[in-house]
Amino acid sequence: MCEYCGCTTTPEAIEIKDRGRVVATRPADTHSIEVLTGILSENDHLAAHVRDHLADHGVLAVNLMSSPGSGKTSLLEATIDALGDTYRIAVIEGDLETENDADRVRAKGVPAIQVITGQTCHLDARMVHDALHGLDLGQIDVLFIENVGNLVCPASFDLGQAANVVLLSATEGDDKPAKYPVMFRGADLVLITKADLIPVLDDFDPEKARSHVRDLANGADVPEVSARRPETLKPWFDWIDRQVDHARQSHAGRPIGEHAHHHHSQHHHEPVERQT
Amino acid sequence: MAAAHDARQVSRIKLAIGPLSGVEAELLERAFTVARMGTLAETAILDIEETPVIVWCEACGTQSHASLNRLLCGSCGTWRVTLRSGDELLLKSLELEFPDQPEVAEAGRGAPATGDGECHV
Repeated sequence: MCEYCGCTTTPEAIEIKDRGRVVATRPADTHSIEVLTGILSENDHLAAHVRDHLADHGVLAVNLMSSPGSGKTSLLEATIDALGDTYRIAVIEGDLETENDADRVRAKGVPAIQVITGQTCHLDARMVHDALHGLDLGQIDVLFIENVGNLVCPASFDLGQAANVVLLSATEGDDKPAKYPVMFRGADLVLITKADLIPVLDDFDPEKARSHVRDLANGADVPEVSARRPETLKPWFDWIDRQVDHARQSHAGRPIGEHAHHHHSQHHHEPVERQT
Repeated sequence: MAAAHDARQVSRIKLAIGPLSGVEAELLERAFTVARMGTLAETAILDIEETPVIVWCEACGTQSHASLNRLLCGSCGTWRVTLRSGDELLLKSLELEFPDQPEVAEAGRGAPATGDGECHV
């Protein structure tokens, strides 16, 4: 490695050209601008920044992903009903249009920021970062980030979350994990939602869904839940309890003010009024 | 990056993309023809290496090729494997063109670093 700029040695030959003319060649194994940088490095950089912010405040951030209509917002409503007195919850909602989902969450008395993405089919770290400026992190225990309903693109963007939760509703095919391996491979928890409908659906086998998740080398739990049957949500709530404990333990062991602003992008962190 | 190295133009961009990265190489190539317009990479060749899906099984010590949605050990069949390759989305290297700098030709293999703290590429 070059001791001055940190670039690495490459085994490949190099050509240096001027207006199409090769002015110099370098044989293999000499010096190059080998970069090996993740193409998503800018997003990853901001995501790390978001993660630091959240860790500074001991906030657990959960990225909820699924196809449209699998019950993310209904799950959040039921979760707020059950855990709203235990944890201070906040929500970032991602949708192409409308503030409907944020309004549903706000109706439960929980602060919610709506990110309207236009034609963008996923949330990225910058959107979450900017949305955080509208929330008072000191007043939040659990931040749910409801991603845009889409099983493809959201899988590729780190938002700074502590965990990914993917919903698979019983009205979808039980082979969704096999069809969307990138999404389901990255899930820390897979919730089979609308499970109250399983008895009337003859083509959804929860065991097959679990097997497809395992085939992605993913050992995540895959419980069956229904937002309409709060008693079925216990595995989900227990999982949240464990994640909150973990976030708090990490926070307790964290030096105060560890997160310094080393990043290059210029922005300010002014307190923004909570939108409720 | 090209500007940071005072390059005049980017002539080649080498990427490594795995099928589990969530990026389709073919679509990226098509998007690149539009994205490069008006940039230093306007005439650059996009060179995409598609990496294989390879898993490592600790239990039986086997490394094997796997398919996208069946990341199982090729030997014992367990799902308790670690992905070794297949989720990359990497910019591996850039080939840059510089304004007239014939002295670069003499830099050669293992050229001693200059005293001004700059790295001559």
